[in-house]
Amino acid sequence: MATTLTVNQRTQSIDAAPDTPLLYILSNNLELQGPRFGCGLAQCGSCSVLVDGVEIRSCVTPLSAVAGKSVTTLEGLPAWYAQQNRLASAPELHPLQQAVIDEQAMQCGYCYNGQIIKGAELLSKNPQPTVEQIRTAMNGHLCRCATYPRMIKAIQRASRAMGGGR
Amino acid sequence: MSSEFPATTFPRRDFLKAGGALLVGLTFAPGVGAQQPPGGAIAGPFTPDPEQLDTWIAIHADNTATIFLGYVELGQGNSTALLQIAAEELDLDMSQVLAARVETGKSPNQGGTNASASINRGGPRIRLAAADARQALLSRASERLGAPVERLTVSRGVVSVAGTPGQTVTYGALIGDRRFDVPYTGKAPVKDYRDHKVVGASLPRNDIPAKASGKYVYMQHVRVPGMLHGRVVRPRGQGAYGDGARVVRLDADSIRDIPGARVVRRRDFVGVVASEEWNAVRAAQQLRVTWDQPESLPTSPAALFERMRAAKTIDSVVMDRGGVDAAFAAARHVVSHRFDSPYQIHAGFGPNCAIADVKADSAVVMCSTQGPYATRAKIADVLEMPEGNITVRYYEGSGTFGRSCYDDVAQAAAVMSQETGAPVRVQFMRWDEHGWDNFGPAHTADVKIAANADGKLVAYEYHGWQHTWSVTETTAQLAAGRAASEGQDGRAQSLTPTNTGEMYALPNWRIVNHRVPGLQGYFKGAPLRSPLDLAISFGAEQVVDELAYLADMDPYIFRRQNMNGDRWLAVLNAAAEAAKWSPRKAAAALSKSRVVRGRGIAVGTHLSSYGAAVAEIEVDRNTGVIVAKRMYGAIEAGQIVNPGFVENQISGMLVQAASRMLKEEVTFSRTNVTSVDWVSYPILRCSEAPEVFPVVVKRQDQPSTGVGEEVIAAAAAAIANAFFDATGVRLREHPMTPSRVMSALRRA
Repeated sequence: MATTLTVNQRTQSIDAAPDTPLLYILSNNLELQGPRFGCGLAQCGSCSVLVDGVEIRSCVTPLSAVAGKSVTTLEGLPAWYAQQNRLASAPELHPLQQAVIDEQAMQCGYCYNGQIIKGAELLSKNPQPTVEQIRTAMNGHLCRCATYPRMIKAIQRASRAMGGGR
Repeated sequence: MSSEFPATTFPRRDFLKAGGALLVGLTFAPGVGAQQPPGGAIAGPFTPDPEQLDTWIAIHADNTATIFLGYVELGQGNSTALLQIAAEELDLDMSQVLAARVETGKSPNQGGTNASASINRGGPRIRLAAADARQALLSRASERLGAPVERLTVSRGVVSVAGTPGQTVTYGALIGDRRFDVPYTGKAPVKDYRDHKVVGASLPRNDIPAKASGKYVYMQHVRVPGMLHGRVVRPRGQGAYGDGARVVRLDADSIRDIPGARVVRRRDFVGVVASEEWNAVRAAQQLRVTWDQPESLPTSPAALFERMRAAKTIDSVVMDRGGVDAAFAAARHVVSHRFDSPYQIHAGFGPNCAIADVKADSAVVMCSTQGPYATRAKIADVLEMPEGNITVRYYEGSGTFGRSCYDDVAQAAAVMSQETGAPVRVQFMRWDEHGWDNFGPAHTADVKIAANADGKLVAYEYHGWQHTWSVTETTAQLAAGRAASEGQDGRAQSLTPTNTGEMYALPNWRIVNHRVPGLQGYFKGAPLRSPLDLAISFGAEQVVDELAYLADMDPYIFRRQNMNGDRWLAVLNAAAEAAKWSPRKAAAALSKSRVVRGRGIAVGTHLSSYGAAVAEIEVDRNTGVIVAKRMYGAIEAGQIVNPGFVENQISGMLVQAASRMLKEEVTFSRTNVTSVDWVSYPILRCSEAPEVFPVVVKRQDQPSTGVGEEVIAAAAAAIANAFFDATGVRLREHPMTPSRVMSALRRA
């Protein structure tokens, strides 16, 4: 059975069981490397994507639930950012992706798909978050390497780069 | 999706066929010389010969170099830092050096990437190999340019003659496309540390840009043609290691409605495969299996520790210096307590994953092992195939922090591929990863330490009980019928002077290790980052703190006058200075407020480096919630190759130590582990993370030692000591959960 959905601004028809969690579609059918399996229980944030600009857990979201909607993965974040900000062309990286590099924030980096997706969602809604707002927004995204302090700094840096924050 | 060899991979065999390399390596024969470092490459069948120089470095025609490392990138940055060492000695730019993917048969066997070994053991070898290569290249350049070696200088792999502009030749032109055939000497001059430009610089990590953009290929992303998706089917949560797991009944029809799904069974190993991943996931959950689940586990966490203490242990006196008993009898202040530390889980963020392609007489296994050669032997065992017919290729997964179940998943994929005749990709589900991990073993201790009236430590006695590490992986147990077995006592799985007391100057010192037989009602064990050290420090550093209290002394000042040598003293001072520690007696100003604050200081190590930490915490006396607000961690690990990486390691250790001290504990019923996800095994979250202040104490003149594990013990104990400072009460078991805190406060 075919489902139509838009992923990273490309609309396509997916032939898969409608109850298949979106994560497996993105990983296997579309061969994307941003969203990744962490728990399958919506507990960790490893699989996060944006659906119409809102962060969701793709490991528990059935394909049928995103039919006709616009999905953005880590790979599509620069273009999504350009669209949000009416830029003529997409930058190579979303400012938060660049900030994560500049801060050398991660260790293994496996959770950073979710950290960056959630952080980008936060910055789109609140370009100048306080540290407390960052901590609250990011609280559902676990990091076993425990790099939270640098991740917070990366969001602050991205906020500055985007012309917001302090 | 990834191809089999992404851009960072250099297929050695093809390269050699093309005859295209300067291949330089190290020899590890005894008697190489005083600068030969300990440990290192292991010669063996089907292993690149460490006596051959081409095991280590290749120079290409385009004036770049490939470095063959035996150590794997685990998110700690070693694949960048080791290249810094090579680039430094070769006078190459970092953009000119590349690390080859680690693979058995192509990469040197340097043992596992554990015990913080990469820079410690791997660094000197790469440095000496690079120095040999440089010398050989200069000798060729001297001939080519008609100038003595002494007049040659190198920059970015371009050799020039001093004072003769324009007279140059590149490394690539000298050697690319030809073999060098120069033996490793281990005697080529290496640069003086004062001349280092690349080593010691906080260069960025090579792997981070691709990880930030989504282009990095983790093991979990690898796919191969014709591959089936597999999942294991096991009881939800392991039982006692010695029991294994036994299938009583399996109803293969129970997954009949799932397209393409089928059962793979060998003895008590049960898995499912399907061509669609979601179908494999569903089938694994839906398959009806009845397991024999004996009630072998203790009735409670408290009963676990009693079982360990009552067990028929193998006891060894690891240290007995001076006259301990007499010293205690004569001492002014004596403190003696029992401490309990639970099993904890590696809990890699992405469950372990492997792909195996097993043919009749060969196999390729891709996985995230810390030791590809050790994994190859474990694969050979379950496949009953010679090691030389097996290739293990490393792909990074999520941070593993020790021997999590990566060998188990690799064996599972191998067995399922052998059974189905197709390549099989197995990824553990979260409950497999949490429930069937090789846990960091539980530990219980009696700690007794004494000081004289001047606050000098005079006696130290530590009795610790724990079992050692499991050897047989679960798949080998279930599929191949291999008996559960345990490792021998050894560094990091038993008490040693290094992890138990050596930080202090101790005239009278006794350590007794009580090895618990781990096959009788316990879990699988394995090294978990800074193994045993956290538990040891949790007890010993609290007792030291109590002595300071009895001696009416500030705990930092008390330690300062008892440290064992200048390097311990320097790292202790560094942590105290970072925290702007002002001396006062602990718990001197107890508050009646709902939220009370405290600070603690402690020292600790893993195997080789010096660590110290300060923690500042808040305790809510109404809820029992502890929040680590600020943590300061200092490390001294000899020569620092990349200070930025070390700071990142310290930061991670401080926060992870807070997580392990405040939250983490394996829970269980009589039959199974019950902490099988992030709700039943919580870890520290972003809102709970302390601010961190890492301090790197540099000793560039000293050999590098490890930095991946050396601050955990100090950080954990600093939190425990801060709790006393805040409340005047001691917690002698962790994690320091709200319920433990509340009952301790009520008792006080």
